[in-house]
Amino acid sequence: MIRFSHASKRYPGGFDALQDINFHMSPGEMAFLTGHSGAGKSTLLKLIALIERASRGQVIVNGQNLAKISRRKIPFHRRNVGMIFQDHQLLFDRTVFDNVALPLVISGLSHNEIGKKVRASLDMVGLLSKERAYPITLSGGEQQRVGIARAVVNKPALLLADEPTGNLDPELSREIMSIFEQFSQVGVTVLIASHDIDLINHLPYRILTLKNARLSHDSAVVAQP
Amino acid sequence: MINWMQTYLLRHLQVFFYSLGQLMRSPFSMLMTSAVIGIALALPTGLHIILKNMQTISGDIDSAAQISLFLKKSTSDTQAQQLITQLKAMPQINNVQYVSRQQALAEFKRLSGFGDALKALEKNPLPAVIVVQPSISQAGGAISNSRATELLVEQLQAKPYVDIAQLDMQWIKRLYSIMDIIRRGVIILSGLLALAVLLVVGNTIRLAIQNRRDEIVIIKLIGGTDRFIRRPFLYTGFWYGLFGGLIALFLVISSLLLLSGPIEALTQSYESEFSMQIIDFNSTLWLLGGSILLGLAGSWLAVERHLREIEPT
Ligand SMILES: Nc1ncnc2c1ncn2[C@@H]1O[C@H](COP(=O)(O)OP(=O)(O)OP(=O)(O)O)[C@@H](O)[C@H]1O
Ligand SMILES: [Mg+2]
Repeated sequence: MIRFSHASKRYPGGFDALQDINFHMSPGEMAFLTGHSGAGKSTLLKLIALIERASRGQVIVNGQNLAKISRRKIPFHRRNVGMIFQDHQLLFDRTVFDNVALPLVISGLSHNEIGKKVRASLDMVGLLSKERAYPITLSGGEQQRVGIARAVVNKPALLLADEPTGNLDPELSREIMSIFEQFSQVGVTVLIASHDIDLINHLPYRILTLKNARLSHDSAVVAQP
Repeated sequence: MINWMQTYLLRHLQVFFYSLGQLMRSPFSMLMTSAVIGIALALPTGLHIILKNMQTISGDIDSAAQISLFLKKSTSDTQAQQLITQLKAMPQINNVQYVSRQQALAEFKRLSGFGDALKALEKNPLPAVIVVQPSISQAGGAISNSRATELLVEQLQAKPYVDIAQLDMQWIKRLYSIMDIIRRGVIILSGLLALAVLLVVGNTIRLAIQNRRDEIVIIKLIGGTDRFIRRPFLYTGFWYGLFGGLIALFLVISSLLLLSGPIEALTQSYESEFSMQIIDFNSTLWLLGGSILLGLAGSWLAVERHLREIEPT
């Protein structure tokens, strides 16, 4: 589903955020991406969502080399990738319902379909009662869950989450993780960036560790260099 | 397929009215922008309509032009009457008025005040005059009218007893060239003001794009195409154009109504049956269509220029 081969990212200004990254994730796999602050976790997710492009090497998602996707085709690539952002990225002048509906509106779905899918998605994150509320009236955890509902509403094959439990208490964090587990069980590939070591060490999933822009550890690879 | 089309149209309609709703949220700034557009468009439109009215007036004046036939001094009154009968039979001639040599002298004495001096003259120096009123069809338009009038003058010049056939077209020609200058001025002014409208709409949309920068970033992040993002801004431009056009229409109609009273009084003093035309259906269509087009073009330019700059990082 995701394959990085010798992928590097150098930001304008010459900073190397990622260097020679190699790993592969199969469809339906769930993995954590961890590492110190500034290690390059967000950058790696941005390469997958084509928010940034690799400066060297290849990133292949769903069999497609991302370097070959033109600027005009980027939106269609992003529609297949559900992304949950470190800073929620919600529209504060629209209701929870409208926020979650946005990906469906963009895809041009009919009114009826939108209503059904949005409610199913909000139900999954336990926010059905808040559909008429504005994001500003919600707690940080609830806003995060609105972001999750929006990311999964059009059932993408790949789900990326950047610090989804960043400001949640341990109880709520586990709940969110169980939502991700449900998705991976139905075949969605899930990659979660997190530095919540305690939480992810208690879960039986693959862990990719970044250190100073390099992949320093991959729990799926038995032999360590 | 049909279903997909319906959905597509429905989406467009929703965005169409959504953009109107967004504008109505701040009615004051929306009215300000529309008023600027309206004033800019009212000016050339009003001038254009005044020009059109001037053409009708000058057409009337032209066909009302008189031709004076100065007869040879040897012509007797009976010979003159023969000529008059002949002239009256001509279809191009509407009316004929005879001024005999005596009448001409009497009128001259009365008007000039040289009465006593003229008494000293042994002979009447003035010729008899036939004043001819051409009847030229109104359908031909101003230019062909003046051509026909000139032709008639040539014909009359060739008649027996006629010394000089005279038509003073000079001032009408001057009027035409003045009107031509004004027409060109209006075209140039229209061009400049259309450019101003384009810039006003472009700038307003640019500000709207900047205000909604976060929203645009989010929509791009979750897979919104440029076209999807562009749509509400284009419709906003459409609404500005429409409201600007309506304001222009209102301004033109009310100013011309104010002017029409005095103008009609003036033309009536020239015995012209002129009634001022405010604005016809075609001009209304042109005004509204043009302003909507300018609104769309202005927002298109702004969107093309600024949407690309906004990318998620
Ligand atoms: N647009 C950018 N231009 C230049 N440098 C950048 C840019 N974005 C990120 N960086 C740099 O790249 C490095 C990696 O950033 P990144 O956001 O991927 O880290 P991270 O692992 O997600 O950190 P955190 O845990 O704090 O979110 C950082 O040192 C950052 O300063
Ligand atoms: Mg980060």
